[in-house]
Amino acid sequence: MRKSIVHWFKFASPQSFYPLAGRMIPWFWAAAAVFGISGLWISFFVAPTDAQQGEGYRIIFVHVPASWMSMFIYMVMAFWAGLGLALNTRVSAMMAQSLAPTGALMAALSLWTGALWGKPMWGAWWVWDARLTSELILFFLYLGFMALQAAIDDPRRADKAGAILALVGVVNIPIIYFSVKWWNTLHQGSTINMNKAPSMAQTMLWGMLLMAMAFWMYSIAVALMRVRAIILERERHTEWVKHAVG
Amino acid sequence: MKPRQKRIALIVGGLASIALAAVLTLNALDSNIALYVTPSEVLAGKAPQGKAFRIGGLVKEGSVKRQDMTVRFVVTDTVKEIPVAYTGILPDLFRDGKGAVVQGRLGGDGIFVATEVLAKHDENYMPPEAQHAVDQAQKAQKSPGAPAPK
Repeated sequence: MRKSIVHWFKFASPQSFYPLAGRMIPWFWAAAAVFGISGLWISFFVAPTDAQQGEGYRIIFVHVPASWMSMFIYMVMAFWAGLGLALNTRVSAMMAQSLAPTGALMAALSLWTGALWGKPMWGAWWVWDARLTSELILFFLYLGFMALQAAIDDPRRADKAGAILALVGVVNIPIIYFSVKWWNTLHQGSTINMNKAPSMAQTMLWGMLLMAMAFWMYSIAVALMRVRAIILERERHTEWVKHAVG
Repeated sequence: MKPRQKRIALIVGGLASIALAAVLTLNALDSNIALYVTPSEVLAGKAPQGKAFRIGGLVKEGSVKRQDMTVRFVVTDTVKEIPVAYTGILPDLFRDGKGAVVQGRLGGDGIFVATEVLAKHDENYMPPEAQHAVDQAQKAQKSPGAPAPK
């Protein structure tokens, strides 16, 4: 028992995590390319036209994965931030910091594609309904997290302040997810539910799931690249970094 | 307690109190978060008085009538209905029997004068052939005497 804990904590040290991350990055990029190409091919050439929305529905192949990722990345970011706060592990805080820009990108993508779709379908770029507003708050939480971390010079204190903000913001995630259930919203309910079959044609679903996998792989690859840069920056005074960079 | 355990306890306690605060706040804001009210709520007097608000529901089938630039239709929640008049361009997805959200004021004559009409899409995605099959099946169900669609 004791032994396994020691093993996991080994990667909590920047020095041993740095090369591990480096080895994993190409694999995640490769997986992102495979999922992305097959997902786009299904999305554009295989999936049928929607009966109601025509071709416009194809926005879901980007919009839905981006929205999922924006929520999921926040949970992972808050998890790492909380772990860093509780255990004082340095790599945890760096992981949280590296995830924030990708999460913000996903939230922005979700809002932007949603607006482009909303104008022709709903008749409005934007409405202040619960789903849209809570997603906008998520976007601002990411920006706030990044700004707060950047505003504090001492990295340890920056990590702590950022972690508290990240943890407080977690409360927004279930609000986004369940907003379409709890309140009357213009945004439609979820197509994919845990307790019933998805109300969507098979090939459309496949396209969406493949795109979601591609977004996952891309996010992991980019976060690992970013965390390597953060490790080098923060550990620049150590011997191993001087040795590694040369 | 070790400092680490103390920190974990603080984080867990903090998260719990934030969650509680959020639940209470959202409960208090409940009616203000809803984007629209249903026709039943309007007729029960739950709509805001003297200011613009939104009604959401289904466009009653066969109720859409165009007269020059003005469109008249009925919004229903299958229990109660409200007639709506709107002058302007309707969104693509505005259709008979589908969801819509209308913003405007309720006139003294009981007609809701809309300044904005939004189409509310449902969460179902299917190719036209499948939609056709569903429509046929529903038609067959509504009129039991009719021959089954081939």
